[in-house]
Amino acid sequence: MTEPVAPGSAPEPAAPPETVAARLAFFQQAGGLIVPLITAVLAFLIAGVIVAATGHNPITAYWDIAKGAGLNWFGHLSTDTGTTSAYNFTQTLLGTTTLILTGLAVAFAFRCGLFNIGGQGQYLVGLIVANWVGVTMVHLTRPAHVLIGVALATLAGAIWAGIAGFLKATVGAHEVITTIMLNWIATYIGAYAFGQGGPLQGSQPSAPISGTVVPSARIPYFWGDATLGGLHVGFFAALVALVIFWAVLNRTTLGYEVRAVGFNPDAAAYGGISVRKNYIRAMAISGAFAGLAGGMDMLGQFAPIGFGTLDVYGSSIGFLGIAVALLGRNTAVGTGLAALLFGGLLYGTTHGLSSNVIDPQLTGNLTSIIQGLVVLFVGADVLILYIWNARRKLARRVAPSP
Amino acid sequence: MSTVAAYADRFMRSQLADARTVGMVGVVLGVLAFWLAIPPFTTRSFVWPVLVGALAVGAGIWAVSRGVGKLGWGAVAAGVVGICLAVLAIHSSKGNLEQVFSASLIASMLVFATPLTFAAIGGMFSERSGVVNVALEGMMLTGAFFGIYGADKTGSWFLGILIAMLAGGLMALVHAFFAVQLRADQIVGGMAINFLALGITGYFFFQLYHGANIPPNIPRIPNMSIPWVKDQGFIGPAIGDLNLLIWVAIALVPISYIVMFKTPIGLRIRACGEHPRAADTVGINVYAVRYASVVTSGMLAAAGGAFLSVGFVGTFNENMTAGRGFIALAALIFGNWRPFGAFGAALLFGFSTALAFRLPVYSDSAATLFQALPYVLTLIAVAGVIGRTIPPAAVGRPYKKQ
Repeated sequence: MTEPVAPGSAPEPAAPPETVAARLAFFQQAGGLIVPLITAVLAFLIAGVIVAATGHNPITAYWDIAKGAGLNWFGHLSTDTGTTSAYNFTQTLLGTTTLILTGLAVAFAFRCGLFNIGGQGQYLVGLIVANWVGVTMVHLTRPAHVLIGVALATLAGAIWAGIAGFLKATVGAHEVITTIMLNWIATYIGAYAFGQGGPLQGSQPSAPISGTVVPSARIPYFWGDATLGGLHVGFFAALVALVIFWAVLNRTTLGYEVRAVGFNPDAAAYGGISVRKNYIRAMAISGAFAGLAGGMDMLGQFAPIGFGTLDVYGSSIGFLGIAVALLGRNTAVGTGLAALLFGGLLYGTTHGLSSNVIDPQLTGNLTSIIQGLVVLFVGADVLILYIWNARRKLARRVAPSP
Repeated sequence: MSTVAAYADRFMRSQLADARTVGMVGVVLGVLAFWLAIPPFTTRSFVWPVLVGALAVGAGIWAVSRGVGKLGWGAVAAGVVGICLAVLAIHSSKGNLEQVFSASLIASMLVFATPLTFAAIGGMFSERSGVVNVALEGMMLTGAFFGIYGADKTGSWFLGILIAMLAGGLMALVHAFFAVQLRADQIVGGMAINFLALGITGYFFFQLYHGANIPPNIPRIPNMSIPWVKDQGFIGPAIGDLNLLIWVAIALVPISYIVMFKTPIGLRIRACGEHPRAADTVGINVYAVRYASVVTSGMLAAAGGAFLSVGFVGTFNENMTAGRGFIALAALIFGNWRPFGAFGAALLFGFSTALAFRLPVYSDSAATLFQALPYVLTLIAVAGVIGRTIPPAAVGRPYKKQ
């Protein structure tokens, strides 16, 4: 797997730049699509070794996960969600919707040189606020109710992340620690709000589950039906968010400033860009993406069933956004593709598995392992560069010398 | 002329020093204002706390007017908060107060502070050598699981701790390989280790124990019952019957201080963290020192995790460390990368956790909300103290040999 690389032996085009964002941009030029591909394949291979070492067949396990994710839907295309494969595929796309947004939440901050681990907390506050709007503001009618719920959830996420951005900008508190703490605070607020005797608990006094969202606040479905669950129009909102992410970063002054701070804060400050302002702004925009994800999940996916205390503790979709963003190289297209991969993995490993192949609870943890490996390899740009350079060297040897 | 200036200088300095002392006394008085209202004093009249709190405010204002701003305002805040808390305490019943603030609160503070102490001191080794360790969380979790596994399989808690430390050391070795050898981004790599540890411990938890069936008769780390002390009135329940590993953690504080600040080994570690190039020039093997320091940090963090599972709870749950690794990291920063400071901060966070478990006597439904207290406190502590701490100069920067 990871053969030890003698440091300095790989002929590097230039000295590795200092900041994270600069390094990422640096080997984006070097790798393109191939580097993330190597990363993902390596991660799946090593996770497969663990599966094999514990006495399961990795090939059948992966095939089963693919089927659970609804990949076999492509064999017999049908819009009827009565079939298992089509239903599974809608669920995969539903997970993709959320992961695109939680991925963008990490990616946007990353382009500003910030590592936003707080996607989970920002997602949860969005979820909580959307539930509050969806359950209590019953006098509103449909489009307004949905939009207000989603907008307030987005705002809540932005404020939650903005706290970390503010602390980074004013006193220099590292965003990794502050966002992790904000995650746990959001978790306990959610567990309290939805739990026994909590302000947002549903009508059943013994069940620690939130109230169900009233129909006027539910995001309409376009594939599948509202009772069985299916794909809601929020999917398109996530796609639009990808476009907005690209446009803001690459076509606006705001995006230029954010990227400049990400490349080199000192140079940006020298050029007259306020680093502090951009830290707060980038974190708030990041949090807005994650809050939107939480709001749409509450008003779409969880609307008919409510969200329980156990789900608050068990949910990890905000954390998965980190792997999605890093694998997608913090670009719009990359994040979209990586979200599809992890969306499939997320649903395929937890649902629709036949337990005689491999226990779903095992594969649920397999997602964490793959996620960890992906993040590990993405962080090691020298390793990836080494592999990349080795390939180029090989190509040079094959080519006739001039 | 010069003597006059020197006298003036000395006078100003002594003035400042006095203002500092007064400010310090103000902070202590503020704490005392609250202390008067809780056991063992339990005053039931408002006079004393308000008087003492007012003194604290006065001392604070005096200090501010003499130019010691931060400490002075701290004293003012301590006085006001002390009065508020005292009023709250006087309003609540004596029975509740005695239930919350009993001598065993000190015992449980030490219990919760112990894993933090292990991990924070481990983190000190890593960070003093120049490697950021946000992977403490994952290393603790690894230790928690493999401690239980080892204790279960070997039938000995001691071997359990050893196996935990071995597993934590291996996890740290991966972190060191990516951080030192491959010069990967240390924060991204550390987060990857956290995900990996979450996945691996969860995976093996289900593979080996099916997610629940850890035998109840795991050999636990024994308590140290001190013969004479345990019968004393207040001290007995506080420290008379503590777990063995708690004493080990307390002993670790001066030991690590001596190792880090009084021995050649510590000097080398600090040299690598302050100026690796200079350390390399005088013949210190920077890579070897950093490898050893990171592995040491992993072993210590794993010991903290093992205390949590084998010593305190006696079983394992998925993600049972619940962010404690990050709180330990915050304690390390709060303690200015020094053992005694880190231990003090660990005690503070341990106290808030212990308090959070006792506050539900006041409100049952808000019990979950109180659980957020240590995280809120960590957030405030990190935000409040960060400007005054000085991290090792080269922390987080990969070193490349020339």
